Amino acid sequence: MQQERMKVVRQAQIAKNIYEITLRGQIVQDMSPGQFVHIRVTDALEPLLRRPISIANVNKELSEFTMIYRAEGRGTQVLATKREEDQVDVLGPIGNGFPLDAVKAGDTALLVGGGIGVPPLYELSKQLNAKGVKTIHVMGFQTAEVCFYENEFLALGETQYVTVDGTHRHTGFVTDVLNKFQPEFDVFYSCGPMPMLRALEAYYPDKPGYLSFEERMGCGIGACFACVCDTTDQDERDYVKVCSDGPVFPKGTVAL
Amino acid sequence: MNRLAMQLPGLDLRNPIMPASGCFGFGQEYAKLYDLEKLGAIMIKATTEEPRRGNPTPRVAETAAGMLNAIGLQNPGLEHVMNNELKWLAQYDVPIIANVAGSETADYVEVAKRISTAPNVKALELNISCPNVKCGGIQFGTDPQTAQELTAAVKAVSQVPVYVKLSPNVTSVVELAKAVEAGGADGITMINTLVGMRLDERTGKPVIANKTGGLSGPAVKPVAIRMVYEVYNAVNIPIIGMGGITDAQDVIDFMSAGASAVAVGTANFVDHFVCPNLVEALPAKLDALGVTHISEIIGRSHR
Repeated sequence: MQQERMKVVRQAQIAKNIYEITLRGQIVQDMSPGQFVHIRVTDALEPLLRRPISIANVNKELSEFTMIYRAEGRGTQVLATKREEDQVDVLGPIGNGFPLDAVKAGDTALLVGGGIGVPPLYELSKQLNAKGVKTIHVMGFQTAEVCFYENEFLALGETQYVTVDGTHRHTGFVTDVLNKFQPEFDVFYSCGPMPMLRALEAYYPDKPGYLSFEERMGCGIGACFACVCDTTDQDERDYVKVCSDGPVFPKGTVAL
Repeated sequence: MNRLAMQLPGLDLRNPIMPASGCFGFGQEYAKLYDLEKLGAIMIKATTEEPRRGNPTPRVAETAAGMLNAIGLQNPGLEHVMNNELKWLAQYDVPIIANVAGSETADYVEVAKRISTAPNVKALELNISCPNVKCGGIQFGTDPQTAQELTAAVKAVSQVPVYVKLSPNVTSVVELAKAVEAGGADGITMINTLVGMRLDERTGKPVIANKTGGLSGPAVKPVAIRMVYEVYNAVNIPIIGMGGITDAQDVIDFMSAGASAVAVGTANFVDHFVCPNLVEALPAKLDALGVTHISEIIGRSHR
């Protein structure tokens, strides 16, 4: 983990309130899928705290990485104003990402994402495919205008998009799509809202799975105890910190 | 000559900069980022006799130039801190100030008695000002008589000097300062956080699960400076000042108001290297003020 002032390579709005920003710097070399970075969007005192944002795409040759985020609060709204050549203060990469060694070449992985939890699954899918793992993508969104990266996922494997209001592709939740298609796979990976993670864990009691969690953070490095989660009886720890123990945990670790 | 060195009861500080309790854990995480021996001291996370799980999440919320927290004194308990965290910290040549918390007098006394025997614990910080726990904490820090008695009880058993951390959530911080001095305190640390609340824009309900939280960060600095200024005039024991410090000028301000050293809290979350950066920035500040040693500026607001 390092702190670096990274340069903005490009930024674009890719869906309603959803932005894609690419930054260049040395810490890219240390990044793996499922990790996150802690971003300071201004040198001023307002907004004060860093923002944890997931890593969506990594290009080590160019020393560039991409984040996809929803400009909803003040911090991300400021981030959305950054333009090419601007600098962004980045602490990272942070946390334990998705384990790639949970699958081997020839296996199939199911990747299930929800809303702004979809981005880290893109870099994961890229790396799984590079390893010879077949990937199936099921991505859920609220509505058509906030959907993104459908073509990018299609290029990597079978992809099903679903919207709660039915305005794009399937209607309902990711579990409705899983019900309908009953995909065959060896391991699942997921990132998204808590109800989705809960439903998924219950839906596949016999499959190994890895879930990425989100929680409000302070320091982002494990010192402040803001982002603790209770664990289940299956884990010997009383609690885990999402920032430094996670954000990805094997299913059955965090009490949902 | 070390222009930043400072002698305080129990504390031989190589500089007056230390991370504040609760913002630095027990040092392990920041040790991955820089050498802890760059610090004047470390105020470790509040320790209670038994392990504490803390409050439900969300535990933090950002506010204008500040943040609210209601962690709830989560810590692994006295035994664990003695056998693990403090032993691990002993590899560094840096004085530890152990923040002591409890629900009743007997808890404080027991923790103080035992933790003050750790070789690297050079002082205690009596936490009578945590606003986020139902029992103890701030209950002891709002009534002068209670605060004085608790200070005396802890002083009677501690092997090292005792600093008392004062709450700003009182009518007269000066009365509390005088009371803990009368109780035998060797020093004062101030201020803890101000009780606050942030509402969710959509639901209108408090964001933090505990409903209220402690406000910290640059937003509280003027309150802290005012209180240090007042207390400096009222007591004869040293003050370690804190509340919103983010840059070297903030350090100068706290020391001018009367602090002999300072602690840095929330800023550690914003710039994880802020403490060593402050140490590096201070000499130039002293040059600009025409001062040889940093102790010369202590209390200059009053001269």
